[in-house]
Amino acid sequence: MAKRKLRIMVAKPGLDGHDRGARVLARCFRDAGYETIYTGCHQTPEQIAAAAIQEDIDCVGLSCMSGAHKYLFPECVRQIRALGGDDIQIIGGGIIPKQDYQLLYDAGLKGIFTPGITLDDIVAWINENIVPNVKE
Amino acid sequence: MYFSKEVLDSSSRMRQRWEDEVKKAVAKWPDQKEDWTTVSSLDIKRLYTPEDIKDLKFDEDIGYPGQYPFIRGNQVTGYRGKFWTFRMFSGFGSAYDTNQRWHQLLKAGQTGLSTAFDFPTLMGYDTDDPKARGECGKCGVAIDTLEDFMVLVDGVPMDKITTSMTINPPATALWAMYCAAAEIKGIPLTKIGGTIQNDMLKEFIAQKTLMCPPEPSVKLISDTVEFGTKFVPRWNTISISGYHIREAGSTAVQELAFTLRDGMEYVEDVLKRKGLDVDTFAPRLSFFFNSHIDFFEEIAKLRAARRIWAKAMRDRYKAKDERSWWMRFHTQTAGCSLTAQQPYNNVVRTATEALAAVLGGTQSLHTNSLDEVWCLPTDHAVEIALRTQQIIAEETGVANTIDPLAGSYFVEALTNEMEQQAWDYIHKIDDMGGMVAAIDKGFPQMELADAAYKFQRQIDSNEKIMVGVNKYVTDDEQDIPLLDIDDAIETQQIERLNAVRRKRDDKAAKKSLNDLKNACKKGENVMPYCIEAVKNLCSVQEICDVYREVYGEFRDPAMY
Repeated sequence: MAKRKLRIMVAKPGLDGHDRGARVLARCFRDAGYETIYTGCHQTPEQIAAAAIQEDIDCVGLSCMSGAHKYLFPECVRQIRALGGDDIQIIGGGIIPKQDYQLLYDAGLKGIFTPGITLDDIVAWINENIVPNVKE
Repeated sequence: MYFSKEVLDSSSRMRQRWEDEVKKAVAKWPDQKEDWTTVSSLDIKRLYTPEDIKDLKFDEDIGYPGQYPFIRGNQVTGYRGKFWTFRMFSGFGSAYDTNQRWHQLLKAGQTGLSTAFDFPTLMGYDTDDPKARGECGKCGVAIDTLEDFMVLVDGVPMDKITTSMTINPPATALWAMYCAAAEIKGIPLTKIGGTIQNDMLKEFIAQKTLMCPPEPSVKLISDTVEFGTKFVPRWNTISISGYHIREAGSTAVQELAFTLRDGMEYVEDVLKRKGLDVDTFAPRLSFFFNSHIDFFEEIAKLRAARRIWAKAMRDRYKAKDERSWWMRFHTQTAGCSLTAQQPYNNVVRTATEALAAVLGGTQSLHTNSLDEVWCLPTDHAVEIALRTQQIIAEETGVANTIDPLAGSYFVEALTNEMEQQAWDYIHKIDDMGGMVAAIDKGFPQMELADAAYKFQRQIDSNEKIMVGVNKYVTDDEQDIPLLDIDDAIETQQIERLNAVRRKRDDKAAKKSLNDLKNACKKGENVMPYCIEAVKNLCSVQEICDVYREVYGEFRDPAMY
């Protein structure tokens, strides 16, 4: 069976409107050949979870610059799992101090990407670590 | 003509000889790279000569400080009478926390205040709204009601010090609080001075602090311009901002063009909607630019900005008062130029950018702190950033003389080129029917998305260099102290808000909200109703909910 294209969603939880990184990443993922969905700013964790399930997403990339990641990222994971998205891999990025990494990994984030990383490195990481969910 | 025919002829001869020698030299020692461009990818020549500015007219294009076209600045005495305002943007946690930091900054020699609000406040939500969870006090100060605001301005001499407030969709509500606080302190509205950012167009283009659709958003802004013109004459009711446009990824020319075209859109709306004479309000329009890392490009941008605005106000809007032709602006160094890697290098970047802002003639400046890629700045990091400005002002000598780079072949040629490219954009947006129409089409949003993506690709391919990111990379990470905002602030703030709700006269509060709603429906100026509402302890969200109900909500169209 042919491997299907990876479906990825770039999501902006919370009230933060700093979307430069999210938009650059969405375009980068599209160029990398993934099926890409960008939610736009100001999504609640509930909205992100519902969209991820509805769109049959393999990987959700959360972006937050406002400092609210400690609440918002774990809450997004919780909501996605609550809707049955157990196979969905969740990664995050933005202005995230190192002291918060462990809390986010413990909450279920698979990767954290902060300023300075290249787009190619992110794509390489995804290709290596995220496998498209095969649905019969 | 700036140069005589003899000068240009000999320049041309000497240039040909020099070009021949360059060819030989390059054959032997090739240039390090093929393209030499600004950070915005504007081509820069190896050398500039009198020939590059031969069409420049001294009187029309350069002139003197305090005279049209104001390229050399608005102040006839330059920085000798007064340095630019050292204005550090600050705000975090509760109103108590921020008030404390303000007093510390004033003690350290800061000459103006500037407020950062947290996201719930910026977006017009109260701290206890479900959408606001986790955000309280994180990237600015949390303000729900006038009670918080009174704590914020406690001990601040509101008749002596000017305060800038970075607030956009709820600008009417927060400005109403400032006015009400002054009244409570017994200071008349004619004595208070400051700025509200209140620039919604750049929110649709760049920063995405969104509430209502563009058209009613511009209406609310025109209300503040009218109210300020009539009752708060020392207040800058809009700070037309390029800063966020640049941070969102634009080039320097796009920042220049979109910001000035936004300014023109506001002028046109006030003229049309309010019927005010342009000279009654134009002198209070203020601007806010970014100062990025490309030194000369930034200086040229700021000089070009003053000349474009002077031309637009005089010729396009027929303003007669010279002060209407002035462009007064605040500058902030570029957050997006800072690196998480080797964070102490950020001090050098910020100093360079601050110097460019000063050579570009800024009236007010914020310098970023070295740790802002990681979090809100610590006290120590803020102090270094403030000292950076003070060293530039007091030690470097650059404030001795006005516009020292005027007449430079390179700077004048670059200023001309950026002005020309900006006018091309401005005319293109005119042809689309103005900035609101251009935003509806997604034009500026997509120009930014293209530029941001291109720049990121240039960094990834080492076509552009960021030290510590893609060159001179080290493995050992420099750990710096980081500021942590206590999560308990959210609970405390919600308690404060509930206490206000319990003690206020609910009937009076509801009535003032209803009056505001009727004013919105009738198209009246909302400001007097807002002031009444905040005095009755209505919250930021209650006021904004009225706007959302009457004008509708605007959602991010998620273009990329």
